Amino acid sequence: MSATTQTTSDTLSTAGGPPLRRDPNDTQPHGARWWREIGWRHIVGVVAIVYALIPILYVVSASFNPIGSVSATNLIPTQFSLTHYESLFNDPNRPYARWYLNTIIVAVVVVSAQVFFSALAAYAFSRFRFRGRRGGLLTLLLVQMFPQFLAVVALFQLFSSVGEVFPAFGLDTLAGYILLLLGGSLGQVWLIKGFFDSVPKELDEAAKIDGAGHAQVYFQIILPLVRPILAVTGLIAFVSVIGEFLLASIFLRETAVKTLAVGMYTVLDGDRSNNLGWFAAAAVLASIPVVLLFQYLQKYIVGGITAGAVKG
Amino acid sequence: MSHTTQSDPPRAVRGGAGTTRVLPLLARVLGIGIIAALAVMVTPALVAQERWGFLAVFWGVVALLLAVYATKRAVPAKYLLPGVLFLSLLVVYPILMTFQLSTTNYGDGTRTSKEVTVNKIIASAAFQEANARRFTLAVGTEGTVDAGPYTFFLVDQATGDAFAGTEDGLTDLPADATVTDGAVTEVPGYTMLTKQQINTLSNTGGPLEGFTIPTGDNTVIVAQGFQAIELTSPLVYDQANDTFTDTRTGTVYTPQRSGDRSYFTDSEGNRLSSQSWGESVGFDNYKRIFTDPRISKNFLGIFAWTVVFAVGSVALTFLLGLVLAVVLNESRMRGQKVYRSILLLPYAIPGFISLMVWSSFYNTDFGLINNLLGTHVNWLGSTALARSAVLLTNLWMGFPYMFLVATGALQAVPSELKEAASIDGASGFTHFRKITFPLVLVSVAPLLVASFAFNFNNFNAIQLLTEGGPFSASDPTAGGTDILISYTYRLAFGTSAQQIGFASAISVILFILTGVLAAIQFRGTRVLEDVN
Repeated sequence: MSATTQTTSDTLSTAGGPPLRRDPNDTQPHGARWWREIGWRHIVGVVAIVYALIPILYVVSASFNPIGSVSATNLIPTQFSLTHYESLFNDPNRPYARWYLNTIIVAVVVVSAQVFFSALAAYAFSRFRFRGRRGGLLTLLLVQMFPQFLAVVALFQLFSSVGEVFPAFGLDTLAGYILLLLGGSLGQVWLIKGFFDSVPKELDEAAKIDGAGHAQVYFQIILPLVRPILAVTGLIAFVSVIGEFLLASIFLRETAVKTLAVGMYTVLDGDRSNNLGWFAAAAVLASIPVVLLFQYLQKYIVGGITAGAVKG
Repeated sequence: MSHTTQSDPPRAVRGGAGTTRVLPLLARVLGIGIIAALAVMVTPALVAQERWGFLAVFWGVVALLLAVYATKRAVPAKYLLPGVLFLSLLVVYPILMTFQLSTTNYGDGTRTSKEVTVNKIIASAAFQEANARRFTLAVGTEGTVDAGPYTFFLVDQATGDAFAGTEDGLTDLPADATVTDGAVTEVPGYTMLTKQQINTLSNTGGPLEGFTIPTGDNTVIVAQGFQAIELTSPLVYDQANDTFTDTRTGTVYTPQRSGDRSYFTDSEGNRLSSQSWGESVGFDNYKRIFTDPRISKNFLGIFAWTVVFAVGSVALTFLLGLVLAVVLNESRMRGQKVYRSILLLPYAIPGFISLMVWSSFYNTDFGLINNLLGTHVNWLGSTALARSAVLLTNLWMGFPYMFLVATGALQAVPSELKEAASIDGASGFTHFRKITFPLVLVSVAPLLVASFAFNFNNFNAIQLLTEGGPFSASDPTAGGTDILISYTYRLAFGTSAQQIGFASAISVILFILTGVLAAIQFRGTRVLEDVN
């Protein structure tokens, strides 16, 4: 997904920030004309904000409401307490902190590996001309179109037998689940190749004349230049890894190895009426870092999603 | 690899880089060394368990790593190999394996091989003759205690002769085994199970339940507590003709296919046993999808809803996103940044959390929706309402994405076009419909197709909201909001009888459909031209 996306991401790169192409002749209209031309837009905007915010406010409110059942929850909190937040950390049957940690471990390992291996492959495709390059790129594009989880049945069989031989990587192990997700190691090749292509080749050639080998060119010249972009690519991948549910629900069945997605689902599914307080607090704590990250990286993310990343 | 050291004259001359070269070399040697050491370490265990596939993969990987990293040739391969290995072993191979599974009837009730099933049938009718052999039993495993494979170690209580028995048959006890007080206590290479473990594993559903050692055409050895006895059966299996004969009545049973399973059946259609076995069924699973009326009705209904769901999700989110983008994309408006930041929120919250939160909103008794509307509706109780609920949720989750996309596309529309149109006297809406909208649509089309493909397999949106429900009382396999992937998931991993082979066949169909979507996406973008 690159040619179009490459061009779109160029043209859209201002979308994240405010459009500052303000015509100097424009002045703010007043009175009735303001309402006709500008004011009604604010009304639509406010309605949209209400639609976007109600569910979020409800959950935040429920997380602070000491009464755990749903019936007592209102949009505007009438009472305030941190009971639910405390209960996240003192119930051994639903070890929220453990699940949080598991999720971070999985996401950090998988995303680092994905960005590292993708960047390696992208370098080869961007800088070398070799037999099978075109075919390789197309095959990659094709294979990438098939989500790994479509093969879930086979993956389950595969890891059942892996577990018989190497119990450390079998079902119900974080290591096995991480290994499984490493199947997506080349997931970012196309995106990163686009960035590599934009680094002038003269830089490599100059370095090669100075006696640098291909690995030095890669690690010491190109990689540092694209590091910020790799970070953003990684963060987008991060969000999709922590949201992975299908494979996790099959591979991680024991409490101690669950990720947030499956762990929270188990709790909610167990008793939908009385776990809402716990669940709301869990949802708030899990969302805050991701939401902050999104706001902070808004303009890069807009570039990234228009380049074809679809968040799960 | 000695020639890569600094003493190699041409390389040393090439750059004062001699000092930095030690590190990559070290990394390479260490990397290959660790993998090779690992392969050496696991080899004995793999050989002992006869896991030839794993063994081949391990040593194949080592050979590839050596070929690529220990030489100076194939530079691009050095960068491609790690990712390609993961991709081949964990994505491509499982895809091929899915196809292979789809031609079998593997699932609950067919997990055992035909041989084992035959032995079990013999054992099920077998009885103990007066002079039957009795053995003291010990159980060992070359693998893990919980998964086997298991071997019975038997000592004949009358003669003292000792044997090792598996589901393949009886052999002599290994010479280096220890027999103490008429029982096998230790066998090198085997982990011996404790009595408690034997008990647990022999429970209903455990791996030792019904463990049967064939000793002849109609004799088997089975466990009885911590003893084993030889039983004789009136049912005789004839391997050459693949038939069972009941020696009491003379009835002959032959394997007959029913659905995706085979059973030993007599000429009048009576089954000898309800036990079936795993076997290849060719394309029968695919035929069943389209010919078995109940399955094809489910399948076609689910397929139709999958398309509606994906189209509906994309259309609704795009429509709302576009409207908001058009309305809010006005440079004279104050607070645009604030609007954008807040509207981004539903997109920023991890999807699985939003879905679970929304699923609780639809609760009949205390859900937010009934709460706000003052109603008491079971939103997820009827198919139509549940489907609307799924779409409404997906709209909330997806419109910010489309809002951002559409805003970007709108800002990319050249301003000359707007001026030209207003000179021609076009009204605001006509101008939008005739000029802006088509331009926006062209630039976002690939993203819409990508979004469609994503929603086509959007398992989370269904599973976390409705779990595929509501279900009709008569059919627990296909729910009202099921899309193909959630249907497959339930067939393979649901609580009712698992149908791995059949689920794989549906997965393969999903692969094909996804491939078609990908092809459309390729055509719509210039991606293929970008390859060079």
